[in-house]
Amino acid sequence: MTHDEVFEKVRDVLVDALAVDDDEVQPEATLTSDLGAESIDFLDIVFKIEQVFGFKIEQGELFPDNVMQDPEYVQDGKVTDAGMAALKERLPHADFSKLDANPDVNKVGEIFTVDALVKFVERKLGS
Amino acid sequence: MRWMWIDRVIELVPRQKMVAVKNITLAEEHLHDHFPATDTLTAAPVMPASLMIEGMAQTAGVLVGHAEGFKEKVILAKVSDATIDEDAGPGMTIRYTAEITQIDEKGAATKGTIELLDHADAEVGYRQIGAVDLMFSHIDNNRSGIEFPEHNFVFGDAFKTLLDSSGIDYPK
Repeated sequence: MTHDEVFEKVRDVLVDALAVDDDEVQPEATLTSDLGAESIDFLDIVFKIEQVFGFKIEQGELFPDNVMQDPEYVQDGKVTDAGMAALKERLPHADFSKLDANPDVNKVGEIFTVDALVKFVERKLGS
Repeated sequence: MRWMWIDRVIELVPRQKMVAVKNITLAEEHLHDHFPATDTLTAAPVMPASLMIEGMAQTAGVLVGHAEGFKEKVILAKVSDATIDEDAGPGMTIRYTAEITQIDEKGAATKGTIELLDHADAEVGYRQIGAVDLMFSHIDNNRSGIEFPEHNFVFGDAFKTLLDSSGIDYPK
């Protein structure tokens, strides 16, 4: 499957799950800020990607589950260096450029861009 | 039995499908306000569409809860899609059919159809008047890590009575 084909399928998933328009789903768009995804939408997106691409996504594989609850990883509302390292190790597909600049725990959602989702799918399909 | 919007479970295929019915009755007080007569219009008692969605949520929710022996706290998380094309009034029967399309430790997605039987036109049988797709979260496995009470507050006595009176087996 080509990069464009993966992108188109991911775009269709996001249009369906988030009720957004096709042209809003740009590679650099973040799922939360730009496309309005809420926590339950992440489960919807996981289910739909599993169906469309035919692979299983383990809990926490695409979106982190318990990193944000670990006091070693989050202190005073900021993601610690250890937390950032853990996130990067677990989520190599994500885009950390904004979070590196401002490690506010409320901004963790910014690492999930459309492009990060496409990269995740490509990595899963390739492995 | 408060806030029960299904009267009987007709069929349950574990982890796959559940069918339930709801008989609409004029004794339901909200029908008198939905919609009352005006100076120019006569009263039009019809079941609110929001309560049809609740009926489907109860049907699909019991199916999802039954799949894990009612150990999980199953919470309606998202109405993915809902279309209801026709009104349903007193003396009619609604049939909800819910099917699980996906289920795992995090939650479940279901697809469902709503059918109507008008007893005044019974030979027509049930005909589809709507479709409702839902998502449920197993909230103890939620991403936010919030803890909830140990006691399963979702599936209380009302649901047990419903299953018992419908002759449906479930882990006790």
